Amino acid sequence: MVSAVLDLAAGQGAAGVQEQVAVGFRPVLPGLILALPLLGAVLNGVGAFLWRERKGLATLIGPGTLLAAFAIVLLNVLGMRSVAPHAPAIVHMWTWIQSGDLRVGADLQFDRLSLLMCMIVTGVGSLIHVYSVGYMREDPGYSRYFSYLNLFVFFMLILVLGASLPMMFVGWEGVGLCSYLLIGFWYDNRAFSNAGKKAFIVNRIGDAGFLVAMFLVFTTFGTLDFAPIVERAPDTLVYGGALVTGITLLLFLGCTGKSAQIPLFVWLPDAMAGPTPVSALIHAATMVTAGVYLVARAGVLFALSPVSQAVVASVGAGTALFAATIAIQQYDIKKVLAYSTISQLGYMFVAVGVGAFTAGVFHLMTHAFFKALLFLGAGAVIHSVHHAWDHASHDDGRPRHGDPNDLRNHGGLKAFMPKTWVFMWIATLAIAGVFPFAGFFSKDEILWSAGAYGYPILWGVGLATAILTAVYMTRLMVLTFHGHNRTFGQGGGAEAARYMHEAPPVMWVPLGILAVLSLAGGWVNIPEALPLPHIGWLEGWLEPVFEPAMSVAAAHGIEAAHAAPTGGGEALWALLSTVAALVAVLLTYRALAGRRVPTEAEAVAPIGFARVLHDKWYVDELYDRLIVRPSMALWRGCWRVVDAGIIDGTVNGAGHVARLFGWVGGQLQSGRVTTYLFVFMLGAVLVLGVLA
Amino acid sequence: MSPALAGLGTTDLVALLVSAILFSIGVLGVLLRRNAIIVFMCVELMLNAVNLTLVTFSRLHGVEGQVLVFFVMAVAAAEAAVGLAIIIAMFRHYQVVDLDRYRVLKW
Repeated sequence: MVSAVLDLAAGQGAAGVQEQVAVGFRPVLPGLILALPLLGAVLNGVGAFLWRERKGLATLIGPGTLLAAFAIVLLNVLGMRSVAPHAPAIVHMWTWIQSGDLRVGADLQFDRLSLLMCMIVTGVGSLIHVYSVGYMREDPGYSRYFSYLNLFVFFMLILVLGASLPMMFVGWEGVGLCSYLLIGFWYDNRAFSNAGKKAFIVNRIGDAGFLVAMFLVFTTFGTLDFAPIVERAPDTLVYGGALVTGITLLLFLGCTGKSAQIPLFVWLPDAMAGPTPVSALIHAATMVTAGVYLVARAGVLFALSPVSQAVVASVGAGTALFAATIAIQQYDIKKVLAYSTISQLGYMFVAVGVGAFTAGVFHLMTHAFFKALLFLGAGAVIHSVHHAWDHASHDDGRPRHGDPNDLRNHGGLKAFMPKTWVFMWIATLAIAGVFPFAGFFSKDEILWSAGAYGYPILWGVGLATAILTAVYMTRLMVLTFHGHNRTFGQGGGAEAARYMHEAPPVMWVPLGILAVLSLAGGWVNIPEALPLPHIGWLEGWLEPVFEPAMSVAAAHGIEAAHAAPTGGGEALWALLSTVAALVAVLLTYRALAGRRVPTEAEAVAPIGFARVLHDKWYVDELYDRLIVRPSMALWRGCWRVVDAGIIDGTVNGAGHVARLFGWVGGQLQSGRVTTYLFVFMLGAVLVLGVLA
Repeated sequence: MSPALAGLGTTDLVALLVSAILFSIGVLGVLLRRNAIIVFMCVELMLNAVNLTLVTFSRLHGVEGQVLVFFVMAVAAAEAAVGLAIIIAMFRHYQVVDLDRYRVLKW
C-alpha cells in the first residue's frame, strides 16, 4: 500500500512503472495530484478514530493537501501553456486489467480539457475546504467530514484524468459513493440518510446505461482508451448509424443520472440534506458536471450521431426550463439553489448537445464559480440564523425552533451580513446573465450557439429560462437580505440585531475570492462579435481537444451560422438577453421588495398553479406511484411467496421430514433389553433364511 | 435328506439334533426369561450348542472345526467373566436382576 502510494506520488520509478509522454509536454508530478487528496482522506479517516478532538490537525491535513494539489495542477497548466498543442499526454502507471483482448491500464490523460477540469476541481474545491473549516467547526464529525471531502476530490480527479472509460467509471462511481456518504453525513437523521440512498439508487439507473455503452464501445473498437477511440471513431462508425446512436444515448443515460437531468433529476434536491459546503462542492460545482464533461470527452461520438445530439440538447433545454419553474416557488434556500443547479446543468447540455462544446465547458466553469458562491453564501446565512437562535435560546432559556433554511425565516440580513450580501448579489447577477458578470458571457454563448446551429426552439426555451433564472434568484435575494428581518418573528428586529452576525473571515474570504471569479471569470472568452476587446483564450485553449468532433461535424455540413434564427448578429442578441435579464431582476425586485412576507409559522399553503410549482410538478409523487410502489409490492410478493413460502418452506420441510423419520426410529428404541434381543433374533433368522 | 447332510452317520444326526434342541432352548430362554442370570446361562447354552455342531461337522470335514471350538470356549470364558461382572454391577445398582427393570438403554 505504502509503496503503491509512493509510486503514485512519483508517477514513475519503481518496477513496472513507465511513462509514455508525447513530445512537448511532460506532466509535472502527475501521481501526486491524485496521491495528495487520497493521503488526506486516509489520514483524516484514521484521525476520525484516533484524534477526533484534535481539529487543528484535521484542518491542516484537509485543506492543506488540496491546496498543494492545486499548486501542482497550476504548474502543469503553466507547463502546458508553454508548448504547442499536442496529442494528450498519457501517464501509464500500471496495467489494471489484462484479459484476452481487453487491456485496461491505470492511465491518466493530461490534455487541456482534463487540466481545466482539474483546475476547477482543486481550485474551487480548495476554497470550499477552507470555508468548511469555519462552517463545520463545531461538528463532532469534523475529521470524518474532511476525510470524505478529500476522498471525493480524489475520485473526481480520477474521473477527469482517467484515460479510458473504465478509469473514468472508477471515478464516476467513487464520487457517487462520496456523494452518498456526505448527503447522509448526519446519518442519525432518518430523512437525511434516506436522501443519501435515493441519490445512490437513482444514480445506479444511469450507471447501467454507462456500463452497457462501455460494452458496446469495446465490441466496436476493441479498446476502451479515449485516445484510440477518438482517433478511429470517424472511420469505424457510420455517421448517424444505429450503433453510435445507441452508444451515445446510453452514455447520456449515465449523464442524466450523474448530472440530474430529466428523468433522473429527483435525487439532487434531496441531496441538499448534506452539509452546505458539500452541496456547493459536489452537488453544484463539480460532481454534477461530470455528465457534461463525459459528453465533451466523447464529443466525437456525439458529433457522429445527430439524433443523440438532438436528444441531449432537447433534454437539456427541457430540464433547464422545468427546473427553473420549480425554483420560483420553493422556500428552502438550498432547494431554490438545487433546482437552479439542475436548470443550469440543462444549459450546459444544450451547449454540448448542439455541438458547442467550448460553450458548454465555459458555462461549466463559470457556473462552478457562481454556484459555489451562492451555496457558500446560503451556508453563511444558514449558519448565522442557526447560531442566532442557539444563542438567544441559551440566553433567556426560551427555545426558538424553525428551519434555518427557510427563506421566510430570513429577511433584512444585509444589515447584519453586508459582505455576504454583496457577494451573493454578484453571484445572482452572474447567474442571471447580466453584463459584465461571468454568467453573461457563458450563457450568451450557449444561447447564441443554440440559435446559430439551427435550434431556434431551444434558443427560445433558453432565453425564457434565463428570464426565469433572474426572477427566482432575485426573489431569493429579496426574501433573504431585504425587507424586515423575520428570524425572531415579525417584530423581532432588536433581538436579531443583538444575535445575528457576519460570517467569520475563514468563511467570507473564500466567498470574496469566488465573487471575484464570478465577476471576472467570464472575461477569458469574450467573443469577437461583441464591441469589446476580443479575448479567445478559452476557445483557443480547448480548440485542439474538440478539433476531432468539430471536423466530424464540418465534414457533414454542420457549422454555426453567423446570424440568429430571426436575423441580427450575436451582439444584438447578447444585448437583448442581458437587457431581458436586467429587466427581470429589476421588476422582481420592485414587485417583492417592501412587501410583507409571512414567516414560516404564519405561512399558508399556496393555491392554484403556484401549488403545483411548490410541489415540484408532483414528479416525486408520480415516480412513487409508477415505480417505487409497484416495485415495493413486487418485492414484498417475492419475499412472502418466493422467499418465505418456497425457499423457507423447502428448507423447513426437509427438517420436518427428518424429524418424522427420527420419531419413527425413536419408537423402536424402547429401552427394553428383551425387545432388542427379540428383534436381533428375528434379524439373525432373516439373514440365515436369505443365505440358506 | 438335504444335500448338506449327505455322508453323515446316525450318531452325527443325533448329535446335530441335540445341538438344535439345545440351541432352541437357549434362544427361547434368552427371549422369554426375565432373570439376567438365566438369560446369560442360555447364551452359554447356545454357544455350547454351536460347539457341538462344530465338533460333529469336524468329523466329516477335518480338524478346523475342533480348533474353532477352542476359540469359542476361550471367548465364552472371557465373556462369562465380563458378563457376570456387569450383572453384579447392575444388581448392586438396582437391587434386582430382572431385565424388565433395566429400561435405561435408550437415547
